[in-house]
Amino acid sequence: MPITETHEIHQRRFGRNLGVGLCLVAFVALSFFLTVSKLRNGGSIEGFDYQMRPSLTVEEGGQ
Amino acid sequence: MTDFTANTHPQEAQFGDYVALLKPRVMSLVVFTALVGLLVAPVSVPPVVGFAAILFIALGGGASGALNMWYDADIDQVMKRTQGRPIPAGKVSPGEALSLGLWLSGFSVVMLGLAANWFAAAFLAFTIFFYVVIYTMWLKRWTPQNIVIGGAAGAFPPMIGWAVATGGVSIESILMFGLVFFWTPPHFWALALFMNADYDKARVPMLTVTHGRPYTRRMILIYALVLVPIALGLGLTAIGGPVYLAVALVLNAVFVAGAWAIWRRDDARAAADGYATEKKVFRFSLLYLFLHFGALLIETGLGQLNMGGW
Repeated sequence: MPITETHEIHQRRFGRNLGVGLCLVAFVALSFFLTVSKLRNGGSIEGFDYQMRPSLTVEEGGQ
Repeated sequence: MTDFTANTHPQEAQFGDYVALLKPRVMSLVVFTALVGLLVAPVSVPPVVGFAAILFIALGGGASGALNMWYDADIDQVMKRTQGRPIPAGKVSPGEALSLGLWLSGFSVVMLGLAANWFAAAFLAFTIFFYVVIYTMWLKRWTPQNIVIGGAAGAFPPMIGWAVATGGVSIESILMFGLVFFWTPPHFWALALFMNADYDKARVPMLTVTHGRPYTRRMILIYALVLVPIALGLGLTAIGGPVYLAVALVLNAVFVAGAWAIWRRDDARAAADGYATEKKVFRFSLLYLFLHFGALLIETGLGQLNMGGW
């Protein structure tokens, strides 16, 4: 059942709800751009995940 | 829907009241000094990472502000300067401030660790702990040295900014810490000289009350003198340069002259002209800190054009 009931509290809390909503949207946007920036700068993308990853091991005699 | 009506509060807290819990004016100082610490560091940071890091440092500072207001609600109610804060004004309940502060603390530390590095995050966590537990809960009501030691919390942000870029600590970041650390006591004691009736009423031990006003005037001068080698020494490091050094020379000369004038006066004379000198030095101390960090930023900018530094 959709919430169709309107109440005075919806108006009273509108500013707060709008503020929280905008903060969440901003956080999503920031996380996205942070991820893009980290990937572009070539940070270590691969990590330990319980499987052998030859690319993560140091070659013998290598650095 | 009748249970909603139980929730009607005479003064509904608005979004701005929660923002006020984060002490936005203190936050602006945190943002500025942390930003300078980050930008003057020799390692460059991608702009998005830098922006996120400054944002989370500011949020961490705000979280400690909310925790401070939760713990100090009883004092804030008594002092005129703080009566309008959200908790004493009855807009936000102490419990709400506590939970906002705790959640934001955890969030900002974890996010700073993910965005930048875990050393900077640990540093931020320590700063929040220092401000809330060491300063607010322990020292503020117990010793007149509260301002001195509590000032360390405000002095950490440039070091955190530096740690975001470099992942560590160095002489430059320690001197930036020293600049804010030794600037805080004379700044607040100048304020206390013309505002102390408030602290008296709240029974917060201020130097003006516990050791007297002549002693406070002397301490302002001593701290202003201690600041000189730190401010000038910063100019001789890798992040300083001729522009910074020239600015620092002028600022320190004016600040010491102001502190000297405060020391030479007694309260009768100060009361006669409405604490004009004390107010002037207090206002100038804000400019003093702002221009020192601004000059560091200018040196970095000039460095990009191969014109700054030594």
